[in-house]
Amino acid sequence: MGRVATDLAYLATIVAFIFALKFLSHPSTARRGNWIGAVGMLIAIGITFAQKQIDSVWEILLGMAIGGAFGAVAARKVKMTAMPQMVALFNGVGGGAAALISLAEFHNLAPDSGRLHGDISVSIILSALIGSVSFAGSMVAFAKLQELIQGRPIVYAGQQVVNGLLLGAILAAGIAIVAGAERQWLIVALIGGALLFGVLFVLPIGGADMPVVISLLNAFTGLAAAATGFELENNVLIVSGMLVGASGTLLTLLMGRAMNRSLANVLFGAFGQIVAGPAAAADTNGGAVRSASADDVAVMLAYAQKVVVVPGYGMAVAQAQHDVRQLADLLEARGVEVSYAIHPVAGRMPGHMNVLLAEANVPYPQLKEMGDANPEFPRTDVALVIGANDVVNPDARSNAGSPIYGMPILNVDESQTVVVLKRSMNPGFAGIDNPLFLNPKTVMLFGDAKDSVAKLIAGVKAL
Amino acid sequence: MSHSLLLVFEVTILVLAVALGFEVISKVPTLLHTPLMSGTNAIHGIVIVGAMLVAGLGHKDTLTTVVGLVAVVLASANVVGGFVVTDRMLEMFKRRDPPREDDGSGRN
Repeated sequence: MGRVATDLAYLATIVAFIFALKFLSHPSTARRGNWIGAVGMLIAIGITFAQKQIDSVWEILLGMAIGGAFGAVAARKVKMTAMPQMVALFNGVGGGAAALISLAEFHNLAPDSGRLHGDISVSIILSALIGSVSFAGSMVAFAKLQELIQGRPIVYAGQQVVNGLLLGAILAAGIAIVAGAERQWLIVALIGGALLFGVLFVLPIGGADMPVVISLLNAFTGLAAAATGFELENNVLIVSGMLVGASGTLLTLLMGRAMNRSLANVLFGAFGQIVAGPAAAADTNGGAVRSASADDVAVMLAYAQKVVVVPGYGMAVAQAQHDVRQLADLLEARGVEVSYAIHPVAGRMPGHMNVLLAEANVPYPQLKEMGDANPEFPRTDVALVIGANDVVNPDARSNAGSPIYGMPILNVDESQTVVVLKRSMNPGFAGIDNPLFLNPKTVMLFGDAKDSVAKLIAGVKAL
Repeated sequence: MSHSLLLVFEVTILVLAVALGFEVISKVPTLLHTPLMSGTNAIHGIVIVGAMLVAGLGHKDTLTTVVGLVAVVLASANVVGGFVVTDRMLEMFKRRDPPREDDGSGRN
């Protein structure tokens, strides 16, 4: 197949990808969009096979069968709570593939020194570097989320210095290659160094910051893919890679904003190992915790007009989302208006909580994002906080000494009554006190989220 | 086309792709951010094209082919896994439950 026909087919792929993303702007069209994207991918694969220079067709097909089978099985089996690690894994293999392409291209194009155009060697180095960091970083993120290694930040003295020196050495190797020292061992060393850097770079980042890290690694893999497009002079790789790069960047910024933290702070701040300072406790004096029985809370819920559920990751960990949906159904059957207020960083990746609730058959019009949910709280009778803590902490609004000061939160304290389902009075993931629990409007229902919700269901049924 | 002209052309495409990407993706609601991420994940599986080209184009030695084939395996896992898992998620987003038995059954 000629170059023109091939490039036109690749253009069709690009158009398909753009429509795929466009259709993702609404839940009713999103699934179709994903299919359009898949068809675009098939076109690109088909046309690449049709190029007459391609040989080793059977080997390639075998490789596809192996990789595809693994991907399909993993994607079918994964639990929705484990979605972040699945995304990290697929992200990693994509980055790894980009790095390997660069390694092979370099080996292929530069048997002797001084044969590469500057732009080609720069792209090879960029995709090798970014792809390797993305691969290794994603694998560490996967291991942390899967709890194969501890989720808390792993820090040691001089960490930044070590990372800085390593990055410097990697860049030096890259510059040497571009300057003409096109030695095979240099690119192998560069990839090795980048893999190590990827590991060291994600290790000190805490579990609660994973939404940012996954978004960032997603952007990295996109950039690595785009760089391979420059190596191979292939537009479909450049455009698709940059679409992903743009998406990952946007999500990274959004997540950073939702936590009111700069990217640098997330990456280098080792958040989550800091114990709250004395300033954080400023607002918590002069109140007592009120706890209630499940039956009391069941009465409050059953006779409310409007109930807003505020789910946090604790709900997902306890696997309580199905019970929460059941409770909501019961309340709706009694004429109570129920909706869910979802903070952007609820869960372990952007939008994770929505997926978990959708899996529990919560209709998506009931899922309200922060901007839509906050104006609703003043006319809410009961805000039911389940397994969420920092995202409803009023200190973020009013206590300048708090580590989360400035983070946008769900203003549950504006509703008539706040019910907090919580395991115990231990502070949340970030180790920060929460004055919401001492608010006179607040009642606490202690216990495992799933058990508590089951008791509430029984309580409402008994009425 | 001279080499530097080609490069300028490619960079132009890159810039336009970024602009378009920001435009389209900023319209995706937070509701769908997880599927967005897994969907774009599948899209960067397009490196499979690069992997195929490296593994399958002539004038190369065994090392290139082997490395290229490993890249094909990784990229295929990326593509298939990405699209399948995104489809699984999007299937769950429903406006309302399918009507229960007592709805529309004529009784009641």
